[in-house]
Amino acid sequence: MPQWIAACEADDIDPEDVIPFEHDGSDYAIYRSPDDVYYATDGHCTHEKTLLCDGLVMGGVIECPKHNGRFDYTSGKALGAPVLTDVRTYPTKVLDGTVYIEVG
Amino acid sequence: MSSVVTGRERLERYSLTGPENQAAVDAGLAGGAWFRSAVPRKRMKELMKRSDYPAVRDTIIWLGLILAFGGLGTTFWLVWHSWWAVPFFLAYGVLYGSTSDSRWHESGHGTAFKTRWIDEGLYQLASFMIMRDPTTWRWSHTRHHTDTLVVGRDPEIAVMRPARLAKLLVNYFGLVDVPVAFWLMFQHAAGRLTADEADYVPESERHRVYRTARVHLAVYAVTIGLAVGFGTWLPVVLIGGPALYGRYMLQVYGFTQHAGMGENVLDHRLNTRTVKMCALNRFLYWNMNYHVEHHMFPMVPYYRLPELHEEIKHDCAPVYPSLWAAYKEIIPAVLRQLRDQEYYVRRELLPGAAPFNEPTPLNDGRALPLPAETAA
Repeated sequence: MPQWIAACEADDIDPEDVIPFEHDGSDYAIYRSPDDVYYATDGHCTHEKTLLCDGLVMGGVIECPKHNGRFDYTSGKALGAPVLTDVRTYPTKVLDGTVYIEVG
Repeated sequence: MSSVVTGRERLERYSLTGPENQAAVDAGLAGGAWFRSAVPRKRMKELMKRSDYPAVRDTIIWLGLILAFGGLGTTFWLVWHSWWAVPFFLAYGVLYGSTSDSRWHESGHGTAFKTRWIDEGLYQLASFMIMRDPTTWRWSHTRHHTDTLVVGRDPEIAVMRPARLAKLLVNYFGLVDVPVAFWLMFQHAAGRLTADEADYVPESERHRVYRTARVHLAVYAVTIGLAVGFGTWLPVVLIGGPALYGRYMLQVYGFTQHAGMGENVLDHRLNTRTVKMCALNRFLYWNMNYHVEHHMFPMVPYYRLPELHEEIKHDCAPVYPSLWAAYKEIIPAVLRQLRDQEYYVRRELLPGAAPFNEPTPLNDGRALPLPAETAA
């Protein structure tokens, strides 16, 4: 059953950055784009399960810290080897300064 | 179990299709959790940040030197038929046949440039120069970073235990790697991968391997055709030949990375060296001498590695002050491993450093024992 979960405060994330969020045993990555739009994906790279929150955000791209695989975090699309499988994305919304993601 | 392993047994041990692969998986070494020094996120973001300027500048200088030395060598050869061509070709050869390795490496990680197409362009060029298929080697190097020096998992262990000394020595002039590269090109061009390559190259990527091999072979065919047609070695001296006569510095630099150090560990401070080098060597090697730092944080571009070194050096063993200092350790260690395969270089960390990450008794810097039936 999909549900909206409060993930963090909007100011917890710097522009063009990512932070981790854990809920119910699952890891998520919450992104703030350079133009202050918030996105969420699964927390792990689809290649070898490395946490994406330690990676580098460049515009709309997150680069995995282990093997430099890249995803478009706005769509989840894998951008080339060594990541060949898209990462799952989750809807987000910001209400009263809190970032929510829809999980489930 | 005998402490001496030789020949076929050694190759089987390091094969990705041999029993050590599964043993490493069973032991939790494959895809293991590696030690990383604590660097604040804000600082790490600064260090990871990409810029085109340093790598574009360095690449223009690098290509400029290659063209200049190649042009001067060609001129002395063709116009004056002079032996003065030799030193220019020697410089050309080292730039082409050795330093393309570090360009291949940095652009392969995608960290050298901010602009992707420049990075990919250099990767394709350097892969051709160093005679590596860009796709298989991208996946090979990915595995090398996942399972650095894990026996049966890492396809890039250059110095086995015991070392294949004859191969290492003749390879200073590419006498193994270049024939193997051509054999692989023909295999790939025919639509085949080796068993080891099939272990780490996904199906969906293999068509690139076959296509690239055909292109590379076509270039070499034209080169040889020109040499035969005009009755001169010059085309081969300029294209392909440097992978032989200019390869020696690749070996000199490359052996400092891991030779003689621990296998089957989950801490790059146990299996990797950082060696101080002069400015010229650091330009030629694109700062790959900061190798502990690179393995711990592969996202940091080469031009920020000296800063990363300053951030984490308190957690590491003292840096080797020179190439000479590194080789004073490497040569005796590799020679000793010829008769004692349980020996490895284990460095002492600085006081106050985070302790080595050794989660299980297996992670003791030695190759895992083979099952009895294969070790006999």
